[in-house]
Amino acid sequence: MPNQDPAERRVVVTGPPRRTRPASGYYRPRTEIDEQTTLGHTYVRSLMRSQLRAAMAVVAVLGLLIGPLPLLFATMPDSDRLEWTVLGFCLYPPLVLLARWYVRRAERNERDFVRLVEDQDR
Amino acid sequence: MNENLAVPAVALVVLATVFVGAFGLRISRTTSDFYVASRTVGPRLNAAAISGEYLSAASFLGIAGLVLVQGPDMLWYPVGYTAGYLVLLLFVAAPLRRSGAYTLPDFAEARLASSAVRRLAGAFVVGVGWLYLLPQLQGAGLTLTVLTGAPDWLGGVIVAVVVVAIVAAGGMRSITFVQAFQYWLKLTALLVPALFLVVAWQGDGAPHHAFDEPAAFREQRSVRVDDGLDLRLERPLTVTVSGTVDGRPHEDQQLRLFAGTHRIEAGTQLTFAEGAAVPEAERDGDGGLSPSQAESRGERPLYATYGLILATFLGTMGLPHVVVRFYTSPHGVAARRTTVAVLGLIGAFYLLPPVYGALGRLYAPELTLTGDADAAVLLLPERMIGGLGGDLLGALIAGGAFAAFLSTASGLTMAVAGVLTQDVLPSRGVRHFRLGTLLAMAVPLAASALVGGLPVADAVGLAFAVSASSFCPLLVLGIWWRRLTPQGAAAGMLVGGGSALLAVAATMAGFPGTGALHALLAWPALWSVPLGFLTMILVSLATPSRVPAGTAAILARFHLPEELAGGQVRPEVKA
Repeated sequence: MPNQDPAERRVVVTGPPRRTRPASGYYRPRTEIDEQTTLGHTYVRSLMRSQLRAAMAVVAVLGLLIGPLPLLFATMPDSDRLEWTVLGFCLYPPLVLLARWYVRRAERNERDFVRLVEDQDR
Repeated sequence: MNENLAVPAVALVVLATVFVGAFGLRISRTTSDFYVASRTVGPRLNAAAISGEYLSAASFLGIAGLVLVQGPDMLWYPVGYTAGYLVLLLFVAAPLRRSGAYTLPDFAEARLASSAVRRLAGAFVVGVGWLYLLPQLQGAGLTLTVLTGAPDWLGGVIVAVVVVAIVAAGGMRSITFVQAFQYWLKLTALLVPALFLVVAWQGDGAPHHAFDEPAAFREQRSVRVDDGLDLRLERPLTVTVSGTVDGRPHEDQQLRLFAGTHRIEAGTQLTFAEGAAVPEAERDGDGGLSPSQAESRGERPLYATYGLILATFLGTMGLPHVVVRFYTSPHGVAARRTTVAVLGLIGAFYLLPPVYGALGRLYAPELTLTGDADAAVLLLPERMIGGLGGDLLGALIAGGAFAAFLSTASGLTMAVAGVLTQDVLPSRGVRHFRLGTLLAMAVPLAASALVGGLPVADAVGLAFAVSASSFCPLLVLGIWWRRLTPQGAAAGMLVGGGSALLAVAATMAGFPGTGALHALLAWPALWSVPLGFLTMILVSLATPSRVPAGTAAILARFHLPEELAGGQVRPEVKA
């Protein structure tokens, strides 16, 4: 059919979009992770470790902040007014700030990890 | 309290709850809607819902009452309830959402590939849920009695019926709207009267001695002692007595009581002079709805405080109605952000109960003697402002208190019903979910009728201690430790949670009355949490061959951001 308009022959193909992957390259962490290789596990482990480190840092700050307070209130004379102020009103802002710091940190860890994996995929 | 206003306020809250629930019903169609609102709840709505669900009667009424009676040490409760969410955020929030499980038993099964561990976790969820539902129902009864003089089973029955209707009809989607609405209702109901009360306090010359120990009477005040109690005096005290003190009857006589303990019989009227110190009372039976265990605090205050801190910090993550909420977030990042918003909302709310506690010490110190300390929040507007304004504010608070019972009870019922439907009843359809709802509420309602006089409050502390020593190790080790085995998890839950349960049960039954052993048993978290962790770790290490085969893949799914997790993630629509 020599004189046919090429536009009529065009066919629309539907289907889930497929991510294009390079055909070559030995270091491909995404595949390594998907396929459960030792190298993939090492990647996951490194992410877990960085997330755990962030969490432990916040726990340490929380422990240092909260831990000594009951002792302080018990040993200090006339600590009642201080106890009212600290426990009633002053502890909540630091708790929220710690949470916000952790979330920012955890999300950055994840972004860094995704970038690491995808950069090497390419 | 003027019941002509309080009753319509409570009725209005109940109606509004049903109405908002019906709104959710119209868009709740599938089984997934039922259990997890199809996982499309955005952070802001979800955070308000979580906070609304979490702030129970113990927070709304109990903390102010505890502070009134026992002083600022009790402010550790709200701090612990809030910090518990921080700990949950750090170790659990995002991985729990990414685990893709519906309930805590689902999590246990997905992580450990063992149906035995699943059933054990299910049993603990149902147990902790029922323990926590009991004080909600009894608290509702108490509030309605204080407000209107209604028989004390009525409030519990009202709460039970409304909650079963909403949960059975609309499931999680409808509950989400109800909870979010109730957070704002509770905040308003406590904030607006607090502002008026603080203005009234300013107008009164802003007296400061609320923070002094012990609290003192500001004016001559008569107190009727309804239950017999032991009065402990540090200094001699002069009171006018009509009734029986130390076994001797008096009729409107001025009496000088010496330092030491004095027995006041029920029905005695005591009149204190202006400026007299409020004596410490030891009650026969504690009817409060707040976590009490007061006796042991006197003996081991420091140990008790640390026990309380550990139980609340680590127990929050295992409460069944808290955990089930995280499955409704669309993804792990949203789950984290939701938790931060929850911390802000809960923290803002908890600024208010101390205000009521302090004002209660100033204006209603005699509540420590009558055993109605939990009513302090309800009574303050009438006491400080009076007139129609005081009545209106009191009615607002009453409505908020009922919202507190309704929201926590519906969340707990939801969680317990989910477990019952999936693990006990034969099929998983919506009809069986409704049957599960009925069952989830019937048991605690029957129990509250049976054990009427039990110190309900201890059930809240017990729930936190049991959750901290069973679910906290399971979640933390399950998410962060590769070598956890089903055997280790089961042993840890049984030893940690079981020993905490036995310890507090022994305390409630009155076993060893005093001494160090008593304090250890009344505040088990300090030893039962490490015991749970240690058992779980040691038994897991002893059974290394039983580590589930897919552990590495499961942990990868818990921790990898969604865009990397094996293509199983689709973009999801926000609610």
